[in-house]
Amino acid sequence: MARARRNFSITALPGFASIAVLTFVLLYVPIATLVVFSFNEAASMSRWQGFSLQWYQAAFDNSQVREVSIRALWLAVTASAIATFAATLAALATTRTPKFPGQTMIYALVNQPLMVPEVVTGTALLIFFAGIKMQTGYTGMGYLVAAHSAFCIPFAYLPIRARLQTMDLTLERAAADLYANHFQTFRYVTLPLLLPGVLAGFMLGFVISLDTVVITEFVKSAGQDTLATYMLGQIRRTVTPEMNAIATLFLLLSAVVVVLFFILSRKRP
Amino acid sequence: MAVTQHIAGQGAQPDAAEPPLAAERERNFWKWLLSLPALLILIFAASGPLLIVVVYSILTPAEYGGVVWEISGRAWFQVFFRRDIFDPDEVTLNWSHLSVFWRSVSLAFQTTVICAILGFPTAWFISTRPPGQREIWLLLITIPFWTNLVIRTFAIQEVIRNQGVVNSLLMNLNIIHSPIQMMYTDFAILIGMAYVFLPLMVLPVFAAMDKLDVRLLEAGYDLYASRWEVLRRIVFPLVRPGFIAGSILVFIPSIGSYVTPRLLGGGRNMMLSNLIELQFGQGRNWPLGAALALALLVIVLVALVFYLRTIGGDEEKRHG
Repeated sequence: MARARRNFSITALPGFASIAVLTFVLLYVPIATLVVFSFNEAASMSRWQGFSLQWYQAAFDNSQVREVSIRALWLAVTASAIATFAATLAALATTRTPKFPGQTMIYALVNQPLMVPEVVTGTALLIFFAGIKMQTGYTGMGYLVAAHSAFCIPFAYLPIRARLQTMDLTLERAAADLYANHFQTFRYVTLPLLLPGVLAGFMLGFVISLDTVVITEFVKSAGQDTLATYMLGQIRRTVTPEMNAIATLFLLLSAVVVVLFFILSRKRP
Repeated sequence: MAVTQHIAGQGAQPDAAEPPLAAERERNFWKWLLSLPALLILIFAASGPLLIVVVYSILTPAEYGGVVWEISGRAWFQVFFRRDIFDPDEVTLNWSHLSVFWRSVSLAFQTTVICAILGFPTAWFISTRPPGQREIWLLLITIPFWTNLVIRTFAIQEVIRNQGVVNSLLMNLNIIHSPIQMMYTDFAILIGMAYVFLPLMVLPVFAAMDKLDVRLLEAGYDLYASRWEVLRRIVFPLVRPGFIAGSILVFIPSIGSYVTPRLLGGGRNMMLSNLIELQFGQGRNWPLGAALALALLVIVLVALVFYLRTIGGDEEKRHG
């Protein structure tokens, strides 16, 4: 390899490393600032006055924060579970098979939420759901669950499909040769192999649902704020480090889920 | 025939070259049935309602929000033009709308450029790390990306506001004496969007660089190419597809950006999404909101078609 040549690295390009390091610094300085000032004793978010956990205490004591956090988590789990279930079935139907009529249309529909700006989907749902609300009088969480489920489907579909593509059919055929029926083959062979993909899909859906602000803002009825829309409303008003504390906790949650996702979806040698 | 048979994809077996028509039809039926839950959810809460937007954009607005079911071209007219209040025959371009369109397109474009300038070297840096380290750097790019958009925008706001990190630092160092007003400007929106969408540029560019054969660079240097020539004539052409994909991935959410302009741009520096939202709130003009949303969708589709054609052109060159 050329790397062995003295003082000449073929992969080095002038200035690239410095720009890259600068990028990582720029990416993490705002996040670090946010985390650091969540532990600040004073209400100031620019002057450090000593370590304190009082803003975390304040966040936990704030019943509204508790309520929107629980709602956001509940919605993320519910919507992602529905999306993962639907996406798993769709991935099973559309992967590892010869092309069949309508397959392109299924792809297009599954990936459609990725291509349309969130605000356009939000507008569409606002109009459509307003009509249903008027007809039926139902104003519950069902609308948010439906909207989030639909939005999470493409994200859940991708890792499941990717996982399926790495599995060949030999094991399933072996099971069939050993007189396993279709259900047994699925239950004891396909599903265990697919499980990491399904879990990865669920986690991705979970994080995406927590992150979905615009659609939630357009679809929610009164009193259905999630953490994201609550923060969006609060940040425009006065902000105390309590907001930093809430943000830090959710940052931690996302980071944990992403790391788990990374481990699950890593290609095995 | 049962479900699993299909899932196992019996048709993929080499001996099933010419399956009987009825069996194939049955298999396809099962595939559709399995896809059905996903399709129903998507049609109910994503694709279907988009069609209703088209209908709403040609209806008449009701006085307090909602619509009157009467066909009217007024919403589309209002997207671009306005009538004088005193003299309805006098039609002028609607500059308040057009300036929002212009701000959206221009800021989305500038965001893409900033992300490219920072993202390209970053992707290169990651792809040239030793294999063990590479995953960690990638993870560092990914974590902020999966963090809530509101939280990240809040974080950047903490940095650029008048009492924020940048201004405090500059004032403590006596470089400036009064804070630089960055919040509530187009500049703030630009910084915020570049910050939140940067990973969308890095990841596809990295994916393209990952496939790059290092021996090609070596060959270039052996033939006395300078670093610049290697970059321009070997690296750029080979990672171009990833670069174009990254640009599209940044441009599309940027132009439809809602949270960033709302928090960092204040009330006056609206982008298209905020203008759309206004029509469903204070504006109470649902058809206009629907028409504006469709206009945004058209811009996005044009960008996507451009992307597909560029990628298609690249493929043709490679094979043709």
